[in-house]
Amino acid sequence: MSTLLSVADVHVAYGKVEAVRAVSLDVAENEIVTIIGANGAGKTTLLNAIMGILPLKGRASFAGGDMAALDIEDRVAAGLCLVPEHRELFSTMNVEDNLQLGAFRIAKAVALRSFERVYTLFPRLKERRKQLAGTLSGGEQQMLAMGRALMGAPKLLMLDEPSLGLAPIIVADIFRTIGELRAAGVSVLLVEQNAQAALKIADRAYVMELGEFILNGPASDIAANKRVAASYLGFQHEGESAI
Amino acid sequence: MNTTIMLFLLQDGITNGAIYALLGLALVLVFAVTRVILIPQGEFVTYGALSYAMLATGQVPGTARLAVAMGVVAFGLDLFAARKALRPWPMARAFAVNIVFPAALLALTYALAGPKTPIAVNIALALLIVAAIGLFLYRIAFQPLAHTSVLVLLIASVGCHLALQGLGLVFFGAEGLRGPALSSAALTIGPLRFTGQSLAVYGLTIAFIIGLWLFFGFTLMGKALRATAVNRLGARLVGIRTTLSGQIAFLLASVIGAISGILIVPITTLYYDTGFLIGLKGFIAAIIGGLVSYPLTAVAALLVGCVEAFSSFYASNFKEVIVFTLILPVLVLRSLAAPAVEEEKD
Repeated sequence: MSTLLSVADVHVAYGKVEAVRAVSLDVAENEIVTIIGANGAGKTTLLNAIMGILPLKGRASFAGGDMAALDIEDRVAAGLCLVPEHRELFSTMNVEDNLQLGAFRIAKAVALRSFERVYTLFPRLKERRKQLAGTLSGGEQQMLAMGRALMGAPKLLMLDEPSLGLAPIIVADIFRTIGELRAAGVSVLLVEQNAQAALKIADRAYVMELGEFILNGPASDIAANKRVAASYLGFQHEGESAI
Repeated sequence: MNTTIMLFLLQDGITNGAIYALLGLALVLVFAVTRVILIPQGEFVTYGALSYAMLATGQVPGTARLAVAMGVVAFGLDLFAARKALRPWPMARAFAVNIVFPAALLALTYALAGPKTPIAVNIALALLIVAAIGLFLYRIAFQPLAHTSVLVLLIASVGCHLALQGLGLVFFGAEGLRGPALSSAALTIGPLRFTGQSLAVYGLTIAFIIGLWLFFGFTLMGKALRATAVNRLGARLVGIRTTLSGQIAFLLASVIGAISGILIVPITTLYYDTGFLIGLKGFIAAIIGGLVSYPLTAVAALLVGCVEAFSSFYASNFKEVIVFTLILPVLVLRSLAAPAVEEEKD
């Protein structure tokens, strides 16, 4: 397995406040990696910086190429794709148009195959294809955001809190789909507060606290770690309704 | 007032209203995609009209040279923006668009300009010149500010308007100009006489509205422009370059402005600063449409045209006052209907 995404010694700051400090992270091909941590730990900031939405200090390379000179649009063309926390859908356009725009950077013939793939993965979107994105339910919007990202046939899909604000049954559905992506040859970098679910499908995990990685390793080891169990998994039962 | 006069006024109002509709649509389009309130829209009208009128007299308009100068500045900005990573292919493209295109256009204008040049060639040259100016205007004045607030963009827009208007005085002089009509044909129905020119106005307005509808509804690029307007971050995340969307919006707006100018310059004498007032009437239509609705803008533009025609008949001194007063009840209604919204951060 070769390395797809590699960031080393990365700092991200909002003005003078450093939100992410000296973070290093690798994602290999066909791998699901998760970053877990509490609210405000810097997970979203890190993803946004990798995507190019925020400026990043440090080394970052994707698919063997340095990312420093690439802006967001170039990173998308290179096969890096982010499903952001707020989904950022085109709310006044219908589902099909949203998906079509997801394939903006790729050839028409490939886009047709992408449509099939996304509709197989999310049959619900096919039923709703003429409906405006803004009128979908939260779960459907999350499916659409993921579907739109997959339309561009990315090599690495970065998901920011895909379970946020969704009913447990839908969350299970979304996580099952994330697991299926690996079979389709897509690597996943998953940021989640729902640590239990994330650790179940991930190969490796990083634990983030106050802008730094405090632990990393195979997901099963992390899940068995006493400190993680106490701070993140134990919390899960009481904290679930608060999310 | 008898029916004949009323029909005349209505005809006049609809002809003017059609022009305002074109300009209003361009304003809505540019605002939706770039959040710029395009005050220099009126200058696109003037530049298109007067470039065409000067070409018709066999002279080369100064706007052709302005396009070359703006292209050089735009290319300089492109070079500066890409100084850290000069990649050959984007640079070659920037050179072709910013340097080769306006230079070739200037050479072509010099080669073709003459008293016997066919009208169609003059129109094409005037359109291309103004299109180039619109494109470079976005690159120079607005692209570097793309992330700022609507207010900053508005102030930049006012600055562009003043600069372009001053340059218009240099290029065209203080005297007004008129251009030759597109066709001398005329058609009489009852008491009304439709000139070929006014028919061209109706035809082109309808064609543009249908064309824009097809472009935005059915082409990938049109959908990408809409997507940029709906959600800029979302658009960037699927790989749509918002700078490209902005360039296309300005290109369309400048071409629409220039066509409007070419359509009216055979009907009325245009001065270097007339465009501003015409653009403002398109702006009123766009405001009535809330700067978002294309159909509402088109209908409002026809209303503005008709109110203008009737008020110039009854109270010609207060013509402009009455037209611009239209905006007051609309603003009051809109402020009552919509709660105050914080401007979305980019």
